[in-house]
Amino acid sequence: MLSRVNAINWNRLEDEKDLEVWNRLTSNFWLPEKIPLSNDVPSWQTLTAAEKQLTIRVFTGLTLLDTIQGSVGAPTLMKSARTPHEEAVYTNIAFMESVHARSYSSIFSTLCSTREVDDAFRWSEENPLLQKKANLILERYDADDVMKQQIASVFLESFLFYSGFYLPMHWSSHAKLTNTADLIRLIIRDEAVHGYYIGYKFQQRYQEASAERQEEIKAFAFDLMFELYENEVRYTQSLYDEVGLTEDVKKFLHYNANKALMNLGFEPLFPKSTTDVDATIMAALSPGADENHDFFSGSGSSYVIGKAVATEDEDWAF
Amino acid sequence: MTQIVYFSTKSGNTRRLVEKLQRDAKRIPFESGEPLPVTTEPYVLIFPTYGGGEVKGAVPKPVIHFLNDERNRRHLRGVVGAGNTNFGTAYCLGAHIVARKCQVPLLHCFELLGTPEDVAILHQELDRV
Repeated sequence: MLSRVNAINWNRLEDEKDLEVWNRLTSNFWLPEKIPLSNDVPSWQTLTAAEKQLTIRVFTGLTLLDTIQGSVGAPTLMKSARTPHEEAVYTNIAFMESVHARSYSSIFSTLCSTREVDDAFRWSEENPLLQKKANLILERYDADDVMKQQIASVFLESFLFYSGFYLPMHWSSHAKLTNTADLIRLIIRDEAVHGYYIGYKFQQRYQEASAERQEEIKAFAFDLMFELYENEVRYTQSLYDEVGLTEDVKKFLHYNANKALMNLGFEPLFPKSTTDVDATIMAALSPGADENHDFFSGSGSSYVIGKAVATEDEDWAF
Repeated sequence: MTQIVYFSTKSGNTRRLVEKLQRDAKRIPFESGEPLPVTTEPYVLIFPTYGGGEVKGAVPKPVIHFLNDERNRRHLRGVVGAGNTNFGTAYCLGAHIVARKCQVPLLHCFELLGTPEDVAILHQELDRV
């Protein structure tokens, strides 16, 4: 029997959040070619051999996560989308994850030798902690439970990337690899919208569920968080012990684990005393987010696509 | 006591923070066509920016329409921003814009649902203004 096929109508929305997020994601669109990565070549040369190896490994680990999310995570969520518009948002998320994965190779081809990069990819295939991190997520994507897939997806987007994102923020706070950091900030911005949206879709299903099912799902979420966290701590130690940054990276992990849980609508888990990330890292993450920054001057390092001047909304009447 | 007026989208992050404060609060509706609140006493405005970094669109349209009413500007005592530091320069950008445009202090910024520390700070600030 033939089934009827429906064309997507963006003028008939079932959930206006789909259009809001679609607009946000498309207006945030970018490509790595727009970032002058080659300006980082001089500062790359100031890194020690160990620091270079660490950086390449961290970026290879991030590439692996983006690859999973682009080829498995977002397509998996697409299958259970409730609206055609939700499905369309996942196509955008899948594509941008592929852009992110591709960006790391742009960084590599600009800064590193082929051998260094090949070594790092071999390392990523053989590193048990990185492979475990990937498999903990992939197992949940394989299991046939939409809410559990959404939880795994939010944890990937909002938690698992951050042991890696820490390093370019650290270099940036030391005025190193600042263009690379600009690119990473664009990835961070995208992942924040992804985590927010998938978490929002999760919360809709969670609120409809029975109290018993809610309890099961909440327990699943916290169990998975603990399992991922334990592995993240070991992964972090294996990478950052040598440069003496492990303790601060762990704070960054706690801080982002809280935000991942909040994206799912759960209260934060780690107390403030364990989330006080170094102020220079926070400043690198949100440059100019202090009250003295002049948002109206159009200055600053943030990258704007296509538009030269940001203007005020015309709706203001004063 | 200082009232709260807030805006929260369907995802409800800001609403949940406001609920945790357990104070008198009015919501600016996100559906267009719904009547906007008119304030008669001092209040603090809380709303999120979930954006990309441009000034345009950083303040939600219902908040702009609400502030276009001169009575609402007259009673405004301070602004609180919600957001996510992952938005970089756009973190709480809308709140910065309103504070500057209306010449009131930006009292605090928090992320997503807010932590217990954010709730404590907000109680302090609301008692102070």
